Amino acid sequence: MTVVRTMRDPEALTLTIIAELAAPPSRVWQVWADPRRLERWWGPPTWPATFVAHDFTVGGSAHYYMTGPGGEKAHGWWRFVTVEEPRVIEFEDGFADDAGAPDPEMPTTHAHVELEETADGTRMTVTSRFASTEQMEQLVAMGMEEGIQAAMGQIDGILAEA
Amino acid sequence: MDRVFAALADATRRDIVTRVLHTEASVSELAQKYAMSFAAVQKHVAVLQRAGLVTKERRGRQQLVRGDVDTIRAAARLLEQYEEIWRDRIGRLEQILAEPIEGE
Repeated sequence: MTVVRTMRDPEALTLTIIAELAAPPSRVWQVWADPRRLERWWGPPTWPATFVAHDFTVGGSAHYYMTGPGGEKAHGWWRFVTVEEPRVIEFEDGFADDAGAPDPEMPTTHAHVELEETADGTRMTVTSRFASTEQMEQLVAMGMEEGIQAAMGQIDGILAEA
Repeated sequence: MDRVFAALADATRRDIVTRVLHTEASVSELAQKYAMSFAAVQKHVAVLQRAGLVTKERRGRQQLVRGDVDTIRAAARLLEQYEEIWRDRIGRLEQILAEPIEGE
């Protein structure tokens, strides 16, 4: 496990996760900058993400959707606040309608990503700041479902091989 | 839950919650810690109370403020679950980084 440290601050509703990655910052930058790479890790195998727009510039926005096992789609948007290659990415992350337009009823998450070069590669620090516990519940409900589905998929795979 | 968010949007209120989560304090004790009036602190406490983040109890002449551990704990549990989502993401991200470089 390369996640070296996590910090949860329930009072400020923030989560910080620090990972040591075995690749230089320029390559880690690519997994954020290139939508084809990004969609391979953002969503779990059972809820894969598809980025239909990814304007990776300050003020630019991204539109993606995640497809569930039943074909249902959950849309999301990002708006890039900071893009400093290959060091800092900062963006707002929220729910969107089918066309990718931000849902004004839903609160947004603020994400701050920092990449630092180390002797072995890159230290990536991701800080997520939530607007409310209600929003966290929604995100986690989606994520948990994804997690369970992914685990089930893995069990199926093992059974098929047995 | 929107109240929780609004309540925690203020730095002084966050500080009050942190303080009374560990040790209960009276409103007058809190007022001494911040450069503001008793009434101002009392207002902050009222906002936190409505959000369910603190409880207030009258004991003798004092009003004791205590952090509601359950609300904070619920938020902590959610963060823990969200952390799992990120751990999975980083696991997948690493697999991509481990692939041989092609056409770069």
